Amino acid sequence: MLDYVWLVPLFPAVGFIINGLIGKRIDRRLVGWIGCSAIGLSFFFSILLFFELIQLPPASRHHEFEIFEWVVSGDFRTVIGYQVDPLSILMALVVSGVSFFIHIYSIGYMHGDPGYPRYFTYLNLFVFMMLNLVLANNFLLMFVGWEGVGLCSYLLIGFWFERDSASNAGKKAFVVNRVGDFGFLLGIFLIFTNLGTLDFTEVFHKAPSLDVTLATTIAILLFIGAAGKSAQLPLYVWLPDAMEGPTPVSSLIHAATMVTAGVYMIARCNVLYSMAPIALTIVAVIGVATAIYAASIGLTQNDIKRVLAYSTISQLGYMFLGVGVGAYGAGMFHLMTHAFFKGLLFLGAGSVMHAMSGELDMRKMGGLRRKIPITFWTFVPATLAIAGIPGFSGFFSKDEILWQAYSSSHGHFLLWAVGVIAAGMTSFYMFRLLFMTFFGQCRAPEEVKKHIHESPKVMTVPLGVLSVLSIIGGYVGIPHIFGGGFNKIGEFLAPVVGGHGEVAKGHAVFSFEKVAHAAEGGGATATAHGLQSASMEMILMAISVIVALIGILMAYVFYIKRPNLPGIVAEKGKTLYTVLINKYFVDEIYEFCFVDSLKSLGIALWKGFDDLVIDGAVNGVGHLTVGLSGVLRKIQTGFVQSYAFFMIIGGVIVVGYYMIRAIFY
Amino acid sequence: MGITVPQINFSIIAPELIISAFALVVLLLGVFFPRTGKNDYLGYVSLVGIVVAFLYTFPIMGKSQYAFNNMIVADGFGVFFKVIFLIIAFLTVLISIGYARRVDIDFGEYYALIMFATLGMMLMAAGTSLITIFLGLETMSIAIYVLAGLMRGDRKSIESALKYFLLGAFATGFLLYGMALIYGSTGTIILEEIAAYIKSKPELLRSPMIIMGIALLTIGFGFKVATVPFHMWTPDVYEGAPTSITAFMATGVKAAGFAGFIRVFFSALGAFQPDWIAIMWLLAVATMTVGNVVAIAQTNIKRMLAYSSIAHAGYILVAFVAGNELGTASILFYLLVYAFMNIGAFTVVILLGKRGEENVLISDYAGIGFKYPLLGASMTIFMLSMAGIPPLGGFMGKFYIFSAAVKAEYYWLAVIGVLNSAISVYYYLRVTVFMYFREPEREITGLTFSPASVVAVIISVWGVLYMGIFPSDILALAQRSITGLL
Repeated sequence: MLDYVWLVPLFPAVGFIINGLIGKRIDRRLVGWIGCSAIGLSFFFSILLFFELIQLPPASRHHEFEIFEWVVSGDFRTVIGYQVDPLSILMALVVSGVSFFIHIYSIGYMHGDPGYPRYFTYLNLFVFMMLNLVLANNFLLMFVGWEGVGLCSYLLIGFWFERDSASNAGKKAFVVNRVGDFGFLLGIFLIFTNLGTLDFTEVFHKAPSLDVTLATTIAILLFIGAAGKSAQLPLYVWLPDAMEGPTPVSSLIHAATMVTAGVYMIARCNVLYSMAPIALTIVAVIGVATAIYAASIGLTQNDIKRVLAYSTISQLGYMFLGVGVGAYGAGMFHLMTHAFFKGLLFLGAGSVMHAMSGELDMRKMGGLRRKIPITFWTFVPATLAIAGIPGFSGFFSKDEILWQAYSSSHGHFLLWAVGVIAAGMTSFYMFRLLFMTFFGQCRAPEEVKKHIHESPKVMTVPLGVLSVLSIIGGYVGIPHIFGGGFNKIGEFLAPVVGGHGEVAKGHAVFSFEKVAHAAEGGGATATAHGLQSASMEMILMAISVIVALIGILMAYVFYIKRPNLPGIVAEKGKTLYTVLINKYFVDEIYEFCFVDSLKSLGIALWKGFDDLVIDGAVNGVGHLTVGLSGVLRKIQTGFVQSYAFFMIIGGVIVVGYYMIRAIFY
Repeated sequence: MGITVPQINFSIIAPELIISAFALVVLLLGVFFPRTGKNDYLGYVSLVGIVVAFLYTFPIMGKSQYAFNNMIVADGFGVFFKVIFLIIAFLTVLISIGYARRVDIDFGEYYALIMFATLGMMLMAAGTSLITIFLGLETMSIAIYVLAGLMRGDRKSIESALKYFLLGAFATGFLLYGMALIYGSTGTIILEEIAAYIKSKPELLRSPMIIMGIALLTIGFGFKVATVPFHMWTPDVYEGAPTSITAFMATGVKAAGFAGFIRVFFSALGAFQPDWIAIMWLLAVATMTVGNVVAIAQTNIKRMLAYSSIAHAGYILVAFVAGNELGTASILFYLLVYAFMNIGAFTVVILLGKRGEENVLISDYAGIGFKYPLLGASMTIFMLSMAGIPPLGGFMGKFYIFSAAVKAEYYWLAVIGVLNSAISVYYYLRVTVFMYFREPEREITGLTFSPASVVAVIISVWGVLYMGIFPSDILALAQRSITGLL
């Protein structure tokens, strides 16, 4: 059964081909059906594979299936092949599952858009590429998927390309991602030149032979790729602009799946990262810095999708914090729960926009809770989840990350502290969003007000499903302090990312030294150590929950109790407020540093160098070639005699060369 | 002195025998049951013959058996080429059905001559003596001379046949003289015995007589595969000949020329590699460069494809120079993919013509991409494949050839090859540009697509894509086929 893994990406490919070729000519309903059932089948097969996989004993949960050898040339051998292991199957489940519901939602959301078939074509292509990315058994195929999702992201951000802002946002995403991909590609090159293979199993098997500097270089280069794709500092700038795309796209690509590819990649390469502590530290620091940085911008934004976009960047920062302290399983766990609640938040925002005739500005919303109750009641659990309220999925995964940030051997108190502050900001801006949108008086203009209506079933059912997942999704990773042996996801991923059996028992993932220490000190100390860390974990958890509640309370005071307060605060801290609402002026700084200076350099090169030297050379070669072509053409007289004559000349040269060689050498 | 009775083993030459038999049948059918204007059935009979011959290549696959006094062999190399020739013949007949009727050459002779030419090609690939190879070459050439001039009312066709015949006869002189000198030096015509004799007498390596023979063989084979400066017949002949025959020549004759070329130079004259390597290097560079550069200036698509075929012979010579295992295997690979993409392109050329209006100017292609989207897409695939754009077969072919050159440390040759490949993108893409970005100056209407030709396009597209995406199987097959040759 595991050999049928190729079926998983096959269905979206088929859907892409059918809709791409004849989508325009067939009935719209059929287009939607094809698009959704392709993903549905792929989801179904992922589930089958998952159950097949868990039948096996944990150690042998690894299956590779080579479809064909692509290029073989000397030492170079590339295979198109997939692998099924806990990590890839988890990703496949998340990708195909969330995609499936977002596809269904899209039927309602995109209803009436003239680009309907094109939309489903791109979306299916995206899922195909994403599944290639996560199921690949080697770096090359992963890179194909990586670039493929980048392409789809570009196409879908610029889906309404007749709008300048959309096509510019698409270009921005593409260009910024190039910077990251450059690093990723260099990392792959280094792996190939040093290990002679790109196959995951072989690379990770041989990796320990690399020296630490090299492993660190590779790990950092790969992380540059991850930072580009997963919108981390300093390459995050494309993601807020990416909100120009249709909202389900923001939900699927720019929240639930594609942007998490970087986290997956690092988890996949955990062997390399664990060899390179410096690289891990960089990942963790960038992660936590991104988390607080993006959260602080999120505090002041008024565009509902932008708030969610910065929130996504911030949450991705958490995931990198997790993998950066060596807690790969925790990072993946948060990736999964985030896919549920953030996918849901975007879909909810889409439903709000649908109701509000496309309005995005939260200042013109309010009081929607009674008008679109289903949207509201599905939005609430997602908000609670992201805010980290106990019982909801986000709590479990975020808490796991924060605990590891504190306790792991790669962790540090500061990493934890910054993470907790960012968590407080998160709950503030999320509840700000909730209050501004759904509570208070409706501030929309009259004509918009008249049209406010709940979305159709095809949109609300996916909302419902995802809200259930947002609530229960966390119970696969219950921390050990609530009873051992319930961290199913940690155990499940352990064969790939290593050592997570330990997590469930209360020891830090990669704190082998600590464990060893404890063992030396005898059983009693070890127990004491375990108890101490358990109570510590309890305290830290309580702090983060309290911080989250304070965030909610502040949001309540600011936006419900005393709605004039935000204005006063903004007035008092004018400088800070200006900086935040303008997103730290980063776009402007980039514009100035890179875009403008590159542009002027470009213009200088264009006028000075290109026009004269390059064009001169190119045109020169061109003219020369065409001229030569003309001359040679004239030799082609059409007379047999002259052809024979040239044959003779050629013959004399050939014979002459041979004879001279024969005689003189 | 006893008389050795030649060892006769007909199963070895079963494909050749079948092709001959069917050729005769078609010839007679054409004479006794002529149906003016309705002779397509002869094409179908030929197709059956080719398929049957193809099936009879299976029993001799994977063997290495000599027959007829070591004059002929059934080995991997020969069989691989036989398969290539039969595929080419199959596609050629497919595109002829309909087209031959359009240009009034659908006689029995037309199909019979295609099969006789195929017979000659197969003999060239299977021949292990100079005489067999020469016989094969002449069987093929004479059939082609006639085919090129079959459009008796068309002055260009007659010119084409006459030029090809005169220059071909001239080149045959070189070839035969070269063979005679080698026979004179070694006393044998069997390739392996020649190699053994040279090995036993190292002083022959410096013998002007045998080296003169090699020089003349270089010219003779160089003419058949159209290397510069023995290429000048190509554009005129390709332009004038019926388009289906042009496709046949550009792929089949070239492949057969290389089959003989490789067989003679590697099996018999391998010891002289240091002597011929430099001249081959020069021929490769000249052939690629002239072919590509002159192709740029062409306005007639058949002439453009003629120069392109010259350039492709240059790429193959690069692998010939590399001379290693990958190089030789890549030649087989390249010739196969080249057959698909080139016949595919010529088929599109055929499909865009109609009676009395062949539309062979590149400017005639303006707007075709939108008017006939599938045809335009197919042509784009063929053009991109010839230009060497992944993931198409042409890219993999060039990739293997150039990596063979790099592996054999002919870096400059690889660099020149890649640069040439870059030049070629210009004129291949120009066709695409015309198809999609130019407004047509005049309407091309009333085209009727012969179903057989459409099938040929589909097969070609499939071939180009298959060899581009799944190249490993074919390359592995090619590598197996050349064991024992080097």
